[in-house]
Amino acid sequence: MIWSPAAASIELLTAGGWGSAMLMGLARSLTIALGAFALGLVIGVAGALGKLSGGAVTRQALDLYTTIVRSVPELVLILIVYFAGADLINGVLTALGQAKIDFNGAFAGIVVLGVVQGAYSTEVIRGAILSIPYGQIEAAHAYGMSSWLTLRRITLPAMLPFALPGLSNLWLIAMKDTALLAVLGFGELTQVTRQAAGTTKAYFTFFIAAGCMYLLATMVSNLLSRRLEAWATKGVAHV
Amino acid sequence: MSSPSNEMAGGGKAGLSRLRLDAGTLTPIVAAIVLATYAALRMRWDWLGDYYPLLIRGLGMTVLLVAVTASLGMLLAIPIGLVQVVGPKWLALPARAFCTVIRGTPLLLQLWLLYYGLGSLFPQFPWIRDSALWPILRQAWPYAFLGLTLSYAAYEGEVFRGAFKGVPKGQLDAARAYGMSGFLTFRRIWLPQAFRRAMPTLAGETILQLKATPLVATITVIDVYSVAAQVRQQTYLTYEPLLLISAIYIVLAVVITKIFARLSGKSGDNTAFRKS
Amino acid sequence: MKKSILALVAGAVLAMAGTAHAEKTRVGFAPEPYPPFWVADANGNWTGWEVEIIDAVCAEAKLDCERVPVAWEGIIPALLGGKIDMIMNSMRINDERRKVIDFSDKYYEVQTMVVAAKSAAVDTTPASMDGKVIGVQVSTGQQAYAEKNFAANASEIRGYSTQDEAYQDLAAGRIDVVIDGVVAMNEFLKSPSGECCESKGALPRDPSTLGEGYGVGLRKDEPEFKAKINEAIAAIRKNGTYDAITKKYFDFDIYGGE
Repeated sequence: MIWSPAAASIELLTAGGWGSAMLMGLARSLTIALGAFALGLVIGVAGALGKLSGGAVTRQALDLYTTIVRSVPELVLILIVYFAGADLINGVLTALGQAKIDFNGAFAGIVVLGVVQGAYSTEVIRGAILSIPYGQIEAAHAYGMSSWLTLRRITLPAMLPFALPGLSNLWLIAMKDTALLAVLGFGELTQVTRQAAGTTKAYFTFFIAAGCMYLLATMVSNLLSRRLEAWATKGVAHV
Repeated sequence: MSSPSNEMAGGGKAGLSRLRLDAGTLTPIVAAIVLATYAALRMRWDWLGDYYPLLIRGLGMTVLLVAVTASLGMLLAIPIGLVQVVGPKWLALPARAFCTVIRGTPLLLQLWLLYYGLGSLFPQFPWIRDSALWPILRQAWPYAFLGLTLSYAAYEGEVFRGAFKGVPKGQLDAARAYGMSGFLTFRRIWLPQAFRRAMPTLAGETILQLKATPLVATITVIDVYSVAAQVRQQTYLTYEPLLLISAIYIVLAVVITKIFARLSGKSGDNTAFRKS
Repeated sequence: MKKSILALVAGAVLAMAGTAHAEKTRVGFAPEPYPPFWVADANGNWTGWEVEIIDAVCAEAKLDCERVPVAWEGIIPALLGGKIDMIMNSMRINDERRKVIDFSDKYYEVQTMVVAAKSAAVDTTPASMDGKVIGVQVSTGQQAYAEKNFAANASEIRGYSTQDEAYQDLAAGRIDVVIDGVVAMNEFLKSPSGECCESKGALPRDPSTLGEGYGVGLRKDEPEFKAKINEAIAAIRKNGTYDAITKKYFDFDIYGGE
């Protein structure tokens, strides 16, 4: 009794069916997630350093940024950044006499999610940097290393093992948050799934297939991050 | 960070609270005043009068969603976490699978699967329409509550798994040495200790639950985000509704943090640090 | 060396963001199935009556059109914000929308129907909606009409992100009534999930909500662009392109009279 729906489902999914469209959607989701995660890391390092060694105004501004992003739902933030962000940048450009930029879907998605990721990254990296035994930084200064050199050679590598668990969690969040872009109409995996389900009326088939794809991506990510953590904590005594 | 400075207070502002009046404190205050004036003067708020009742209704639904799903989810999470630490394999493995699947897939997808996926089954089983549950199954909110509860249960199940595992085994051994039964140990030693370990994370997780609630608008449940969306569609204002509900969510997040701070204060923090 | 790296990165970012802008006209549409106007195939390509009309109008007006998917509920803000240049997605020309955007001349017009389960005792009068749950797509003329005329009687007017989801819930029995244009409704009734239901009658003409036909949504301060679009619409009607496309999908004239 369950074979015919199962067979029908498989037929719907394979090439000629919607399977390839969904895989493309998955690729787009992963691309946006990767871009957002990378942007989040850049913002995170800058933000963490700002919070740790910046002036009072910088710290307050960063506190405001992280508090807002961590209290306001991503969906609302995505809408605000999508409209306000584009307005701001285009406003600046028109003021400078340049032509307006059109933000294509992937770019907007990466910027929006990257800003959200940045706030969380800031806290993770800040916590990680604070966990570095201060003696290492002191030693670097004693050697006469410049701030930039200290950052590059000591701080960032040393904070990595502490930051990895938090960062790998953020990567998973980045992947799942790309689904929210479906509400804006961007063609990533969840949107393609909704389209396929709506066209064929095979809702269960496609939502479960999409779930499996996300799950696969998550499990692969978990495996990779465990490997990464093992590599980063080489030589460190494990609990 | 910048702790209240006693010297400054004694210095020249007798009677005022111990605020350090430097750039760090002034800037956000000035910025807030500037933004508030800008918002009040240059933005359109006339729609508030018309949409006030709807906003209250949406706000009520949001608060209900967070409160109910967090409570029910927590109740579910305790056995889910416990069974992975102590329980028989045939219970622990499904619990593990449940947590992995829910945490590994987007909540939006789960909500759509529950609402539209199950919904697509109804025409195939006509007897469902005649059953007593039909008036409930017809509506959207049961699916929202179910989806959010399962999601919270999965995430907190993982938290409780770590919390139960983290309680020092010595405490459980001591309980057994006293002749406490398994259930008594659980009730008096294991659970309260695990709860205390989990508490700091729970505040953050509940705020995450709050941030997840807007997704129910996509399955036609009217929460505060859905009202803001309606205002946007009918008045074509982009920013004002979104800014208003951002402020609402920030206030709700602060309330949740305060509630959990109160709860963890009550659970007998036996450190020497006194909360001023 | 750092400066040139920075310049390179900035350049790459701007290039990536700005490539689409050049001379393309971005046509906004909601990426949801709405047969026979919008149908997606397995490769994600959109076909349908409206898709072909868009191509014809763009060819006639000599515009390099690019279809940009935007969720329906955000499509007017996207137009106002400059993310798209025109909306051509079965959008009714009604007074509410006229307050914020401009419209071209209509390019089709059909009646709006009430559809419900075969056993439901529903017609187009407000009284028959007593205690019923009405499903409409958000931000549509149908929703405005329902809120205006049926809100007092209906037990609930549920708003869906896509029309397709409203039909889905009607088939599932979760809602009692759906309001939609007759053409899309007929497609639903012909489909397997539409076997549950039938048409319950046409709603009267109401320019303020249901509008005066479907037109292209445009920004308000662009008279030359609007004139170009109007000329293109008139031209494809005159030279037979419109009729040729229409014949592929319908056996009646969807323009709906002058």
